[in-house]
Amino acid sequence: MTDEPLLRVRGLTKHFPVRQGLRATGLVRAVDGLDFDVRPGETLGLVGESGCGKTTTGRMLVRLLEPTSGSIEFAGRDITHAGRRELRPLRQELQIIFQDPYASLNPRHTVGRIVAMPLQVNGIKPPGGIKARVQELLELVGLNPEHYNRYPHEFSGGQRQRIGIARALALRPKLIVADEPVSALDVSIQAQVVNLLRDLQRELGLAFVFIAHDLAVIRHFCQRVAVMYLGRIVEIGDREDIYERPQHPYTRALLSAIPDVTQLGPAGRIRLTGDVPTPLDPPSGCRFRTRCWKAQDICATEEPALVPRDGGRQATACHFPEVAAPIDEEVSS
Amino acid sequence: MDSSEPLPSGEPDDRPAVPAQRSDQDAYLRVDDLRVRFDTSDGVVRAVDGVSFSVDRGRTLGIVGESGSGKSVTSLAILGLHDPKRTTITGEISVGGRQVVGLADEEVRRLRGRDMAMIFQDPLSALHPYYTVGRQIAEAYRVHHPKANRREARQRAVDMLDRVGIPQPARRFDQYPHEFSGGMRQRAMIAMSLVNDPALLIADEPTTALDVTVQAQILDLLADLQAEFHSAIILITHDLGVVGQVADDVLVMYGGRAVERGSVEQVLRSPQHPYTWGLLSSVPSLHGDADADLVPIPGNPPSLINLPQGCAFHPRCRYADRAGSRSRTDVPELRPAGAAGHLVACHLGEEERATFYAEDVASVGVAR
Repeated sequence: MTDEPLLRVRGLTKHFPVRQGLRATGLVRAVDGLDFDVRPGETLGLVGESGCGKTTTGRMLVRLLEPTSGSIEFAGRDITHAGRRELRPLRQELQIIFQDPYASLNPRHTVGRIVAMPLQVNGIKPPGGIKARVQELLELVGLNPEHYNRYPHEFSGGQRQRIGIARALALRPKLIVADEPVSALDVSIQAQVVNLLRDLQRELGLAFVFIAHDLAVIRHFCQRVAVMYLGRIVEIGDREDIYERPQHPYTRALLSAIPDVTQLGPAGRIRLTGDVPTPLDPPSGCRFRTRCWKAQDICATEEPALVPRDGGRQATACHFPEVAAPIDEEVSS
Repeated sequence: MDSSEPLPSGEPDDRPAVPAQRSDQDAYLRVDDLRVRFDTSDGVVRAVDGVSFSVDRGRTLGIVGESGSGKSVTSLAILGLHDPKRTTITGEISVGGRQVVGLADEEVRRLRGRDMAMIFQDPLSALHPYYTVGRQIAEAYRVHHPKANRREARQRAVDMLDRVGIPQPARRFDQYPHEFSGGMRQRAMIAMSLVNDPALLIADEPTTALDVTVQAQILDLLADLQAEFHSAIILITHDLGVVGQVADDVLVMYGGRAVERGSVEQVLRSPQHPYTWGLLSSVPSLHGDADADLVPIPGNPPSLINLPQGCAFHPRCRYADRAGSRSRTDVPELRPAGAAGHLVACHLGEEERATFYAEDVASVGVAR
């Protein structure tokens, strides 16, 4: 994968003003300076706890939200502040799948109409007609094409998520932003949808930005992983690096906090104390320092930059990164 | 085969089904052949259909199942929280030697909060937004300690807030639920449920709404509190990882019935029921081959109004045909399987199951 990135994000920032009456009283720094690339056909996972800014990031990427500053380049074009008309042709190549399969489908439209909508809005007339294309898409995501005339409430949660996926695929996109696509589903259904997305990704060569709080799901889907904390990326790297050789203390804590079926009994965990601080007033310097067991004076005064450590694929924003120790050693000690 | 026919003589497992009365008479909580039915305009919902288990003090039972498996309905029945006008409950539930089924409202209320308490998934809907957190905890105390005055109740509530790890408890006492973060709210609710030292604590997906690092804190806290108060805990969850970490025993439910029961070691390390296998292989893990496909359970969980005949899992079970037509006609009973205390409700013979498990499940490497 040496091609030009499909998506290039630099200094991406979103601040939401907090108002009391007419006065602006503060700023929620939901996303605060992100840099990352996604190459064609690559899958990038954005992972973090609630409030880390991953969903806001996803919505900016498909321009459902206007960035405060920074830039988003898609296929070589700057779309950071593109208007409606400029965005329309791009929307064909850039699609989103939402978390809640119940809220993201219009209950008064048939499945056929829901999946056909992107084609109609963009004035696309597929060879063989819209209905044939829609049925092809339904089949592609594992739904019965004869259910074309049914309504969303006649489907189960997993099937509804498949409808949302068929709709996202209608325009043959190059990049799909998937925002927690499986977290509302039962475990047995989750696996069905993860497998479906993986098959589609390989078959159609799609690039994905996969947003999730579940590190185990991300591991099964993504080649690259970015770990977010309070609006910043604290660590980014290839899957093996993040899961086998995490360097940022937060990544290590996050990994060790996950109860894993393969481990019985109380696990030796890194115990983080307290909660994530408010993005209204993030800590000075390193934002993780208030919960970090390695924090020193420098962490409060100087914000660590996201710098590559070895060879450039894995980058960590930490003054005191773990360099070589594999994760199991620290956890068991 | 007619469903009324006795099992064919070639029945591979001829050990008797588990008798309704189990030997652990003296367990703190005993549930025997519990059935819960709701009459709705669409038909009768058999939410729980003959479930038995027991939990002793100092032990944690994990109840695992997907949505609609009956796990939450079971816990609400134990607490006597179903509306008797809409619900038919039969079977026995004994809490500390007292029958809960059929008990008058007033008496159940006396048990609830003092002898048994519940931690809900969503603390924001369980705490009243209009009253301060401290006042709600103090009130829960005074309901069962009518002689306690306001100052004593306040002191007790502050102590509990402190015990569950809320910093500056005296100041936090006077704050409202919306001023607490998600993890702090869950701690406050745990403080409220423990304020009367209940011997039985039922936690329904207590960490599902929380972030993983906070989930780890809450699970640690529950374990510490159990060691201190020696309570019996029922932990209801869909997360097998959480069960593996905190439970002593596990009950797997499907379609309102128990399909497997045993120690956490038995159920997670040598699972016997194809549904349990399916759950284990469909969960993504942090270990093993990340490029291997997950093995999902085909189909969807069943409707409780129109449960499949015979074994409720048979339409999704890849081995259903191997058990013959019985799987479509007879409901399998919970029978001993494998090591002592391990029970499974499956028509397959023990040897067949061992072969399928070794060939199809263990070799995939997810369930180790």
